[in-house]
Order: sequence, then structure tokens, then C-alpha cells
Amino acid sequence: MQDQKHALSFQDIILALHRFWARQGCVILQPYDMEMGAGTFHPATTLRSLGPKPWAAAYVQPSRRPSDGRYGENPNRLQHYYQYQVIMKPSPAEAQELLLASYREIGLDPLRHDFRFVEDDWESPTLGAWGLGWEIWCDGMEVGQFTYFQQVGGIAVDVPSFEMTYGLERLAMYVQGVENVYSLRFNDAEGPRALSYGDVFLRAEKDYSAHNFEVADTDMLMRHFGDAETECGALVGRGLAQPAYDQCIKASHLFNLLDARGVISVTERAAYIGRVRALAKACAEAWVAGEKEHG
Amino acid sequence: MAEFFLELFSEEIPARMQAAAAEQLAKLVGAQLAPLSPRDVVAFGAARRIAVTATIAAEVPASASEVRGPKLAAPPQALEGFLRKNGAAREDLVEEDGYFLLRRNLPSRPAGELIAGEFAQALAGFGWPKSMRWGQSGAFTWVRPLRRVVCLLDGAVVPFTLGPVSSGDESEGHRFLAPGAFRVNSAAQWREELRARFVIVDADERRERIRAGLRAAAEDKGLGVAEDAGLLDEVAGLVEWPVCLIGAIDPGQMALPPEVRELSMKVNQRYFATRDAAGTPAPYFAFVANIAANDGGAAIIAGNERVLRARLADAEHFWAQDRKQRLESWLPKLDAVTFHAKLGTQHARAGRIEALAREIALALGADAAAADAAARAGLLCKADLVSGMVGEFPELQGIMGGYYAEASGEGDAIAGAIRTHYQPKGPSDEVPSGVVSAAVALADKIDTLREFFRIGETPTGSGDPFALRRAALGVIRIVLETGLRLNLMPLVGAEVFDFLIERLRVKLRGEGKRFDVLNAVLDAARDDDLTRLIARTEALGAFLASEDGANLLAAYRRSTNILRIEDAKDGPHEGTIDPGLLAEPAEIALADALEAVGLEARRRLEDEDFAGAMRGFAALRAPVDAFFDHVTVNAAGAELRRNRLRLLARLRDVMHRVADFSKLEG
Repeated sequence: MQDQKHALSFQDIILALHRFWARQGCVILQPYDMEMGAGTFHPATTLRSLGPKPWAAAYVQPSRRPSDGRYGENPNRLQHYYQYQVIMKPSPAEAQELLLASYREIGLDPLRHDFRFVEDDWESPTLGAWGLGWEIWCDGMEVGQFTYFQQVGGIAVDVPSFEMTYGLERLAMYVQGVENVYSLRFNDAEGPRALSYGDVFLRAEKDYSAHNFEVADTDMLMRHFGDAETECGALVGRGLAQPAYDQCIKASHLFNLLDARGVISVTERAAYIGRVRALAKACAEAWVAGEKEHG
Repeated sequence: MAEFFLELFSEEIPARMQAAAAEQLAKLVGAQLAPLSPRDVVAFGAARRIAVTATIAAEVPASASEVRGPKLAAPPQALEGFLRKNGAAREDLVEEDGYFLLRRNLPSRPAGELIAGEFAQALAGFGWPKSMRWGQSGAFTWVRPLRRVVCLLDGAVVPFTLGPVSSGDESEGHRFLAPGAFRVNSAAQWREELRARFVIVDADERRERIRAGLRAAAEDKGLGVAEDAGLLDEVAGLVEWPVCLIGAIDPGQMALPPEVRELSMKVNQRYFATRDAAGTPAPYFAFVANIAANDGGAAIIAGNERVLRARLADAEHFWAQDRKQRLESWLPKLDAVTFHAKLGTQHARAGRIEALAREIALALGADAAAADAAARAGLLCKADLVSGMVGEFPELQGIMGGYYAEASGEGDAIAGAIRTHYQPKGPSDEVPSGVVSAAVALADKIDTLREFFRIGETPTGSGDPFALRRAALGVIRIVLETGLRLNLMPLVGAEVFDFLIERLRVKLRGEGKRFDVLNAVLDAARDDDLTRLIARTEALGAFLASEDGANLLAAYRRSTNILRIEDAKDGPHEGTIDPGLLAEPAEIALADALEAVGLEARRRLEDEDFAGAMRGFAALRAPVDAFFDHVTVNAAGAELRRNRLRLLARLRDVMHRVADFSKLEG
């Protein structure tokens, strides 16, 4: 790896991606203020990929996967991590070239590394969404996921979007040549207050692992799931698509927590996923109806 | 004649679809360009393109056509319909023999017109397993965004549009090593130009390059590469410019079971395993990059080594965690795993397999200790389904159970039986040997067959979601390949037994053997001991292939034909032969021979000496031939005739002890 000591810090990678995608005309959004399992859940991706209007956005989204908690002991797994998400509608003809240029921007030269587009059919059962695309491999490492959206919320998209997701920690580990996520240099290692990823997140990983697996009140979570479901339906009824969708995101995260607590049986699992999908579908329909109405 | 060339250049096509797409493209040329008599059709499939070239006629030759229309007397609507359908006018028609006739001379048509017309239209409906729309595609779909179409006829562009793309003469080489477009003027120049631009467009050539490259890379370290044809094919579809490299495996991670390490390498990373001179797994992996990197591949190797280290660290975690518990302690967890909604949990299934494995082991003559071992292995064989490792790598089910049984001190026989109980997994997979392993593997499959038949989930023409055909074939192969003597009927029941026989027929047919022989044997005796059944079948097959056999079969048919006709008059002609009525020497000789051969056949069949029984039949040939040469069956005397017909019936019945010869074909 070329000169990994001078490789970009974690935050510099984010800043470099922001600058790059801003130049491509994306609005740079801030993370959505709700707990969610992946950057795709952000309404800037799900809702905006529907309807005919052009759209382009890039943002970082904290992603929560309660079952992936390892009490800070696994060097590769986290229950909270960052995804960098890009969405462009319609998908630009040069999407692949843009993507490769973005990797160059953070220090991965495709003449020195082995970049590949490996078949990956993306599907989100909870969002009722699917698309075709690839995993992006760099030297055998998956450094991103590239999808042309075909369906979202059970609705075939009017205009296919291009969606790119970078797993930021994994990408940064590769760029910095680090084998433990907690040793990532978060900011400038030679600056006045050098901090590692562990300095920022290790305590939280331990505490949240205990919360996700041992402590979270499952009765309360189930109640909240039901509340979110009801509220979502009421809001859809009033045509308030995004507030309704907030409740769908909430229900999805509550389900993930219940799943981590191990209180959902295999058969119930499919039923819960179906309930969330029904919410996503209703929200997507409400969104599309609103877009047509507002022109 | 003209050279036709077509390249469809797109974003990366999934490796598994390339070969079939190339084949489909060749077929499309054959079918759609048939009026141009295409020959030398060659198709190519690679990561970013499919292409085809052919020699075709420069034009569709002129031809005459004649279509008969309605009767002259038909109502005017019929005539109007006919004219509309054929795009013709009334004055184009002639009247002949009471009908309207449309005679047309079709002028010759340039090849380009057919290509840009019907061919391009058919191309738009190309059948990808999964296709998609993109930002510029409108309603048109392709496997991934289609970027360029090159279509040439003797070097000149044939203009048409395919979705959002207009055909032209520009293609592209390697994405990174030779960016930008180049002009194509012939198929040969295209191939050479691509090679200069770091693309090997022929899949076989890529595969051979990779095979040789991997071997050379491994030889540098004094190693060999573990063969894996499927992986080789896949990798050949992932790269346009294969560069073979070799990386080191962390020595500490060589302590993992090789199956675990090599599966992770293959499934997650598409790496090839290496072997030392003794054939033992070596601490290196071989792999294929798509680029000759500007640092000689150092960064690529370092990166891949690091990725593998992380992958195997995951596996090491499961390996360590799983071995902290005894295999047995996972059984209660199987209660939470549903096998099938109507068939209960995996725990219930394990209990059934436990009982069945014991029953089979005893039927196979195992002693009490071996029967206990089979039952124990049956009970534990599904426990690894809830282990961390199998959760991560479902392909390792059984194999991990074997390791964990060993680690739990279950002993070699039980561990071995668990390890192999899914076998044979495919046609090239080995069958388990030894009474304990065979009993458990049979119990697993028989339980599956019995249970799914019980709830009516049997295979249909289109689908076999529970792989019951594979399970049945597994039972057949285990029994036959290890020569087990087992009466299957009490274990499986009539319905499953019929299914087994049906699969046995398919298997024999697949091996190019005569399955009518099996039918003939089965109809003589419904034998549920497959080993004996096949021994009978093979002995009969060998006999029929001999001259004596063919001759006797002819005599049998002659006899049964006569009997069929005569029985219709006043039959059946069964009963004891009256020795007093035997007049001619030839009929006396035949009666004696039948007596002797009948006794002999009975004794040999009891001894299961089927070849011997058949050899005995050979002795019938001469007397049978002599009988038909010298004896008139339909003799004048009624008693004489009846006795001779009884003689023929006796011949048939003696032969039927071995097989129903009427079921034989040919």
C-alpha cells in the first residue's frame, strides 16, 4: 500500500467524498435524524427515488445493526457504523466512471489496485425494493455497493436511479492499512488532538451491545412497534408521506432490536418483515400521489 | 458472401450468464439470418461484451410466393380480411380453380435491411435471466446498461438502434489499461485490437491462460493448484485480462480445518487452494487479478492477503466458539429450527433419523454396538445446523458436525457417520462406506422421502423443491455401490419404493443401459433388494447380448405369439404335459430339457446365481430350435395339439421365473 502513514484520516475520507460528489451536482445532506439499518432508508433515497423528478444527493448515514454488536471485541464488526450514500436520478451514463474517480480521490489508484464489478442483486425485503448492480471489489475487498434501482416500496420506479453505498469504516481500514477498526485514525494523527476510532466509539459499542442483546425492554419495544404502525397508517391517511415514513423507519429499527433480543421466532420474523414492508409500500404510494399532485 | 460482425458492449455482465448469452446470440443469428444462409458462426462472451461473427450472403435471394385465399364464392368479408392480412389489393389476385390466389415475386433484399430490421428487433427481446432499465433506457431493458453496439457488414456500419444506443463501429478495450474507444473494421482486427488493448475476448483462451498462469504461479513456490473447474469458469468470466498471482496464508490460520479455510477462500474470495508435493494443503492461495498493476502486483497481493486474514479470523472465531460446547448440547436448540411447516422441527427429524438408523443398521446385520453408534450419529447428525460455523457457511453442514463430534469425544465411527451423512451430494460425490455411516446416510434420505411423500409434497414435472430425486438416487447409489443387502419395502413403503424404481430406471438409462431389462426382471419378481435386482438385470442383459440369448428370445416370442392366437380360440393352454402324448423326438427332447433347465434355474435362483441360471437357459436353444423345425404345433389330433401348446406354455413359464420376456424391446 502506498505510504499508508499519509493516507487520509477517517474524517478526511468523508470530506473528500463530500467535495467530490458536490462537484457532480449532488446536494450534500446531513444524516437523517432517526435510527436506521442502512443509508438506503434515508428518505432522500427511498422517497426521492420515486416519481419522475430529477434528484441527486450525497450524505453520511449512521447505520444501526443491533445484531452485529460484539461488545467492542471484534475488530471488524460494529452495531453502529457509517455508510456514505450517493443517489442520482436519473442514473448518469457515466456512473461507473464517477464511482471509480471517487476512489481515486481517496487514494485508491485503479492502475495499482484490482478493481472489479462483481454481480450483486440488491434486495431489501423490508423496503419492498430491488435493483441490479455490483459489489465493488478492490484487491478482493468489498469497498462498496452499486445499484440501479428498479423498484422501491413495491412500486416500479419511473426513472431508475443510481445508488452507491460505501461502508466507510471498511474502506478507511483499507486505505489506512489497519486491521482493527478501533485503530483507525479518525482525525489527523499528527495534529494537536489525535483521536482513534476507538477513542470515539469503543465505549458506545460496549454499552449498546449490552442494550441490544440484554437490556432493551422487549415489552416496551413491541408496544412501540404497534404504535408506530398505527401512527404510520393514520398519517398515510392524511397524505403526509414523509412523517408517515418516519414511523415506518421507526418500526423497522424496533423490529431489528427485537430480533437482536432474540424474542422473534423464525415464523414471526417473516410476519414482522411483511408488516414493515406494508408500511413502506403505503408511504411510497402516498409519496408518489403527492408528487403527482404538486406537479 | 460477406462478413457479419456484431458486438454488444455493456457494463459488467454477471460471470454466470456470459456463456449462455453467447450461445443465445449465435442461435439468434442462425434463426433470424437464416435467409442469408449464415455459416462459420462464432460467438464470444466476456465481462463487458457479447459478440458474434458469421459469414452470410450479401442479399436475401429473390423468390416467388403463392398464397391461396378464400373461395370465389366466399362472402366479401372473407376476401377483405385476406387482402388486409397480406397487405394486397384486389387487382393483385388471380382466380384459379374456384379460389383467389395471391402470387408475388419477392425481389432480392440486401442483407443490411434484414439485419437492421427483423434481426435488430429480435435482439431487443434478448432473453437475459434478469434484466433492468437505467437512466437513459426508457422501456428498453438489458442485463446491465448497454453502452455501445458495433454492427458491421464487410466493415461497413449497419445502422439501427437498440434501445437508447445507435449502432456504430467503435468499441473499447480494458477499462483501466487502455481507456477510450477504437474503430472496428473486421472481426479479426477487432480480436487483435482487443488483445493489444488488454482484453482476451475468447472465453476458452482466458480459461487456458488462467489455468496455465495459476500453475506457473504455484510452481514458483514448488506447489500445485487444487483443481476446481467451476471456479475456473467463474473467474474466467470476471476478468478480461487475467493476471495470476499468489499470496500467503497466515501460518496460524493453517490450523483451521481445510474445508473451512478453502470454502471461505472459494466462496467469498474466488481464490484457489494450493497443495504441496504430498498433496497436503499449503499456506498459499492463488488468485486472478484483472490488471497488470504498475507495481508488479505488490499492492494487490498485500491487499488480498489482508482480506483473507480478516475472513479467516471470522472463521477462527466460530471454530473456537463452537468447540466450547459438546455437540449434544445443541440438540435442544434444534427445537427452534423448523424443518418444514408440516413436518415439525429439526429436533423431531433427528429423533426419527436416530430410530431409523438403528433399524437399518440392524437390518444390515450390525452388532448391538454398531447399531447404537448408528442411532447416536443419527440423533446428532443435524446438531451442527445451529453452530456458528454452519450459520456462516451452510455448505459445511455435516463436515462441521463431524469435527465437533470428534471434539466432543463421540468416537471415530459416530464422527465419520455424521461427516458423510449428506453424501452423495451429487453425481460425482462418493458414497459413505461402512455399516454405521451407510445406515445413517440412508436413514437421513429415507426419512426425507418418507416424510415428504406422507404429506404429499412429491416432485412434479417442473419442480423438486425438496430434492427428493437426489435423495432417492442417493439411496440407490449407497445400496448398489457398497453392495448392501437390504429389503427396502418395509423401510420405505410401496409409494416411495415405486419412486425409487423410477429413479433407478432413469439412472440406468443415463448410463446407457437397457431399462426394459429392469422392467422385465421387476415384473417377474418385485424384488425390493436392489443389489439382487441389479444382479438379475445384469445377468439377463448379458445373456440377451449373447447369440444364445437373442435366439432364445426369438423362440420365446414365437411361442407366445402362437399361444396368444391359440389361447384366443380355446385357451388357456396350461396344465401338466402328458408324457404319453409326446410323439416326435424333438418334442420329447424339449420336454426333457425344460424339466432339467426348470429345476436348475430354480436352484440357481435360490442361490442367487443369476449368471448360472442364464447359462442354463442357453441349453434350451438347441431343443427349442429343433422343436420348431420338426414339430407341427397345430397338429390334427386335438389332444396332441393341446399337449404341444402346453409345452410352449411351459417354456414361457420357465423363462418367466427369471424375467417377463414380453417386456423386452428390440
